[in-house]
Amino acid sequence: MADTPNVGIEDYRFGFNFPDSSVYTTGKGLSEEVVRQISRQKEEPEWMLNYRLRALEAFRRKAMPNWGADLKAINFDEIVYYARPTDKQSRSWEELPESIRETYDRIGIPEAERKFLAGVGAQYDSEVVYHNLKKELEAKGVIFSDPESAVREHPEIVRKYFGTVVPYGDNKFAALNSAVWSGGSFIYVPKGVTVDIPLQAYFRINLENFGQFERTLIIADEGSFVHYIEGCTAPVYTTDSLHSAVVEIIALPGARVRYSTIQNWSTDVYNLVTKRAVAHENATVEWVDGNIGSKRTMKYPSVYLMGEGAHGEVLSIAFAGNGQEQDTGGKMVHMASNTTSTITSKSISKASGIASYRGLLKVAPGLNNVKSRVVCDALLLNDESATNTYPYMEIESDDVSIEHEARVSRIGEDQLFYLQSRGFDEDEASGLIVNGFLDPLVKQLPMEYAVELNRLIELEMEGSVG
Amino acid sequence: MELVIRDLHASIENQPILKGIDLTVKTGETHALMGPNGSGKSTLANVLMGHPKYEVTGGSVKLDGHELLDLEPDQRSLAGLFLAFQYPVEIPGLTVGKFLKRASELRSGEEKLKVSSFIRELRETMDFLEMDQNFINRYLNEGFSGGEKKRMEILQMLTLKPVFAVLDETDSGLDIDALKIVSRGVRRLSGPEFGSLVITHYQRILDYLKPDFVHVMYNGRIVVSGGGELAATLEAQGYDWVREEHGEEVSHG
Repeated sequence: MADTPNVGIEDYRFGFNFPDSSVYTTGKGLSEEVVRQISRQKEEPEWMLNYRLRALEAFRRKAMPNWGADLKAINFDEIVYYARPTDKQSRSWEELPESIRETYDRIGIPEAERKFLAGVGAQYDSEVVYHNLKKELEAKGVIFSDPESAVREHPEIVRKYFGTVVPYGDNKFAALNSAVWSGGSFIYVPKGVTVDIPLQAYFRINLENFGQFERTLIIADEGSFVHYIEGCTAPVYTTDSLHSAVVEIIALPGARVRYSTIQNWSTDVYNLVTKRAVAHENATVEWVDGNIGSKRTMKYPSVYLMGEGAHGEVLSIAFAGNGQEQDTGGKMVHMASNTTSTITSKSISKASGIASYRGLLKVAPGLNNVKSRVVCDALLLNDESATNTYPYMEIESDDVSIEHEARVSRIGEDQLFYLQSRGFDEDEASGLIVNGFLDPLVKQLPMEYAVELNRLIELEMEGSVG
Repeated sequence: MELVIRDLHASIENQPILKGIDLTVKTGETHALMGPNGSGKSTLANVLMGHPKYEVTGGSVKLDGHELLDLEPDQRSLAGLFLAFQYPVEIPGLTVGKFLKRASELRSGEEKLKVSSFIRELRETMDFLEMDQNFINRYLNEGFSGGEKKRMEILQMLTLKPVFAVLDETDSGLDIDALKIVSRGVRRLSGPEFGSLVITHYQRILDYLKPDFVHVMYNGRIVVSGGGELAATLEAQGYDWVREEHGEEVSHG
């Protein structure tokens, strides 16, 4: 009901506010000097500095997107592009507002993880676990590090692949990321190696993992398999209003890569992310992309199907609460015969929230036996909430099978009444309906995600149906 | 306990449907409510449960002395009222097992029911209703046939064990075997702790349920009440005599 204590996600921004304790920052605004300083701080080789500088030029040249979410409020001069966090713990758990701690409790995040998320956990308890994991990975020849280390220690791999999937000139925000990137993950899986447990950034003790301009590069060599999990469903503390990441995946012949994210940025963050993969012959790339937080998100994970037998998949879940705009979807670009792809999108809009599906399906000329299926389901919780569907298609071959389904449903008075007549109050009833709507997708998520997502939706539903 | 309906008025979109219903159902009793289409039977069922589409414009409904009309539908449910829907709603993605377990927890006030004993009882009840156990893992009412939905309503009723149940045309569209099973389900609850109001068009379910009282609703009011034999009269003679006595055109149910 309306008067239950509300610890909904919309309140996080009021709670997360810490004095800036960073040791080193470039200050507000962006210039060539700022980029040079970042590169110097990271002790980068010249080729990476030059790459950054070229990207900076592209960023200046590129126009803002004139489609998608409303980005007018972004002021590039007010953003701090680089701040190196202290190596030691910079905040204490006790400094966290009660409401945040309570929310973590209710979502059921383990305390160690919470501390990490809140930026208080330099001494994350899984250190031992990670060390064991690291040994195992090293024995198999798997490289899993932050990208800065990779630039220093594995320049031959980084130079070969960095920026090849998402060139710095791709779009304004990819250019920005390429100029000022910091943190993220680098993964290389050698030929034929299967990484059994999902790799997650928070295994690593690095405060820069969830930075605002993170950069992730994953190379899965022939016949290998890896599942990478980015972030976590709990709200992520940030002082910054812009998160602009770039993720590049290269799945070499026969490899399979699964990449899962559920972002839950606080609701003042612009989340503008470029995620793209290339899948070579018989390779598979799967994106699981959940968007719950942020003020505006624009994100369309893509797979370029470059070799015969390649398969691409996007599962997209978006929750647009009051004042939020989730402009999400996926892109499949078929560049070879006998390739298949599916995009499944489920979105929920609440209060004044807007969830838009935006997708591109492209089939190059002269191809045979290309199959693609796109399914978009939208659920509206109130009269005020809105959903849009923008399915773009550029099909230049004839031997193509394409299915496209789009449905919009409204949470029904009769459904609510039915559940209420069985003793569920209105909030719980609407939570059950929403979770039911997502259930077919949630089943495909990693277990921890599924549980957390269900709880988050329940929290979001408290006193929310009008 | 008693469910006491007094001078109940309700309308939909400013159109009066219920025009002064008086009816008392006690535990231990089975009441049948009959009447031609459009007389307001289903409206009464929905108003008792609290459907937001209807506006109550007067009267009272008391369960064990407490006013139900002030309560939300979920509170009415927890107070012991149950409605078996004429058209059960589909809830995609919500499994029958999860739904029934949580509903039972809400009813019992227990934070978490033991899964093993809950499942055992559920399976036993499903056997009793000759339902396939696979229904536990299916989504609630999604893709169910008409008869399966009706059995699911009875399964919910047997699981939640209400004090008063309103069955809104639960027999409609059922073949004779399904009808027997549904009747068996209702009879299972019957006893000194349970009262029911069975809305129907047909004599045949009443052959199994043997109501203590039969009421005929017409134009928003209960116009005739009698014992079980009244149902046979209605079956034989239709509602024409009701129409004649109450002066307006009555469509045949």
